[in-house]
Amino acid sequence: MSQRGELPTWVDVGLIPLLNLAIALFISGLVVVIIGENPLQALGIMLHGAVGSLKGWSYMFYYATNFIFTGLAVAVAFHAGLFNIGGDGQAYVAGLGAAIPGLLLGGALSSVLPGSISQPVTLLAALAGSIAIGAFYGWVPGYLQAKRGSHIVITTIMFNFIASSLMIYLINNVFRPVGKMAVESRAIDDAYILNFRELGRLVGMKLPSSPLNPVVLLAMLAAFLVWYLLWRTKLGFELRAVGANSDAAVYAGISPSRIIMIAMALSGGLAGLVAFNEILGVQHRLLLDFVGGAGFVGIAVALMGRSHPLGIVLSALLFGLLYQGGTELSFAIQTISRDMIVVIQGLVILFMGALEDAFRPSLSALFFKVED
Amino acid sequence: MDLSIFLEILSSTIRMSVPLILACLAGLWSERSGIVDIGLEGKMLAGAFAAAAAASYFQNAWMGLLFAMLVAVAMSLVHGYASITQRGNQVVSGVAINMLAAGLTVVIGNSWYKQGGRTPALDELTRFTPLDFPGRESLFAIPVFGPVSKILLDHSILTYVAFAMVPLSAWALAKTRFGLRLRAVGENPHAVDTAGISVSRLRYQAVIIAGILCGIAGAYLSTSLSASFVRDMTAGRGYLALTALIFANWRAWPSLYACLLFGFLQAIANFMQGVKLFGFEIPVQIFNSLPYVMTVILLAGFIGKSIPPRASGIPYTKDR
Repeated sequence: MSQRGELPTWVDVGLIPLLNLAIALFISGLVVVIIGENPLQALGIMLHGAVGSLKGWSYMFYYATNFIFTGLAVAVAFHAGLFNIGGDGQAYVAGLGAAIPGLLLGGALSSVLPGSISQPVTLLAALAGSIAIGAFYGWVPGYLQAKRGSHIVITTIMFNFIASSLMIYLINNVFRPVGKMAVESRAIDDAYILNFRELGRLVGMKLPSSPLNPVVLLAMLAAFLVWYLLWRTKLGFELRAVGANSDAAVYAGISPSRIIMIAMALSGGLAGLVAFNEILGVQHRLLLDFVGGAGFVGIAVALMGRSHPLGIVLSALLFGLLYQGGTELSFAIQTISRDMIVVIQGLVILFMGALEDAFRPSLSALFFKVED
Repeated sequence: MDLSIFLEILSSTIRMSVPLILACLAGLWSERSGIVDIGLEGKMLAGAFAAAAAASYFQNAWMGLLFAMLVAVAMSLVHGYASITQRGNQVVSGVAINMLAAGLTVVIGNSWYKQGGRTPALDELTRFTPLDFPGRESLFAIPVFGPVSKILLDHSILTYVAFAMVPLSAWALAKTRFGLRLRAVGENPHAVDTAGISVSRLRYQAVIIAGILCGIAGAYLSTSLSASFVRDMTAGRGYLALTALIFANWRAWPSLYACLLFGFLQAIANFMQGVKLFGFEIPVQIFNSLPYVMTVILLAGFIGKSIPPRASGIPYTKDR
């Protein structure tokens, strides 16, 4: 391919993603036309459903919370040259780390300590547990790639299925109280995170009901910390160096296998935070499939956000909008199923990820003709 | 456990293996040419939907099969365009294909049939039912021999197509000029290019073959194994087939054995639900996760060594 030179940065991080997104949305619109509905009307309902009310905004940020975590998880691995498809499994297994402190520690502590001490301690334990188990479940495929040469993509796919079997077994046979029909643990009521509606009530403010809770702030903090780690620390530099060229990294005295394991553990730990949000902030119990595919949305989010934390926060919000708007849309127009979101997601991944350079030649032709 | 359950499990093993074998061979063709195919699941799912919809529309199972192949090949071409022509990331493209299929089948199915993504139930005449050969009933009625022969003979035509594809693929890949070139393109595309053979053309042919096989697998699921399409009916079979392919070290005959083994585990899992063995109930999740656990152990090099095609997943760029 003839190189005409580098495109300006704003084209690379701004125009190309927007162009790809526009095409993905255009094709989604065509799908809506094919099933006999008006795409502009559908878009209007989606936007209104997501940003037309405080409740819509709350849901959008709630969905975005999970997507920021999984998007960051995918991005950290990307920077080290790894494709972690296992975010779903890592978050699912991390549910153990989130639920067990709440189920075991919460009750025991609250019987000997005042709630103002026992609850934060339990929540911190759950936070640490979610991160630790998610990190461990990401580290194992990292170890297998670094030390045993298994391919990370394949191993993380396997680990998703293993996670699913393991969690179905554990929730059904270990966590489910005797006699309960629903496959879920007992409620975690000794320590959980109050959502914004409940917090608002404490200070006499009336907020719409939504699962949005302060973990969204933790997501923003995580985005900042990932940015700081990647671009302001030695470890972050090493991680990006391995991702850019692991042979060159070896000559710089960096051990790629060490970085691979660290990157996968970080990635798994970030994905594990989804469990913290869902189990302690939303569901207040351990239940089947609580991750709901957020790990896969993370792939789309990371691709669209160009693996940069700021981009990830923005694209997580966009996907939050799609999820909330899509739910409203499926209520308003019965013929458009909520699975339309999955179609849009697939198109975004296709155009942002696999076909991202499709327009580069024509764009660079355009740019360098102008400058000649 | 009495004998009849054992025979049932064996018969079910064959039924469970068919989609795995077809999808696994699809993966074999694609990956042997150097194109990683995570999208087996999606192509099979789209094929299953197309088969059920077309069979019900035309009231003909063969039209279902045709449309299943067309739709799956169309998705293959999207994957091919992204990974061959645009030299995009093949894993990312495969993930996209899976999501597109999962979403589109339900969105379109829901809008056409208004049954939450389900397609209308097909009757016996518009499905692939077990072959009706002369003397079938009297053969199955023979004591001992009858029930045993039923394991092998009580299947639809697609089952035999699937099993015939194994020697056919093995022969085509090993003995024909096309197969030799195709394998070469997955190992060393530069050498093939130097010989004046188009790398892209061979890879496109490979992904088209993969699409056809995935289409048959999908048609089997919705028009033979069951009588309609339901959302997410592949239920991870595409990934399981991919697992079998790795387990079989990217070779045709071992693929068959791996798929039969994984099909057997699926069949056992279906039959063992709630069955007690020596007073102890073995969790079905053990059988469900065993293929993945075994493959992880295999990949980690604890049993044998797994050697993928050397150029798989690497986009080919002509040197100028």
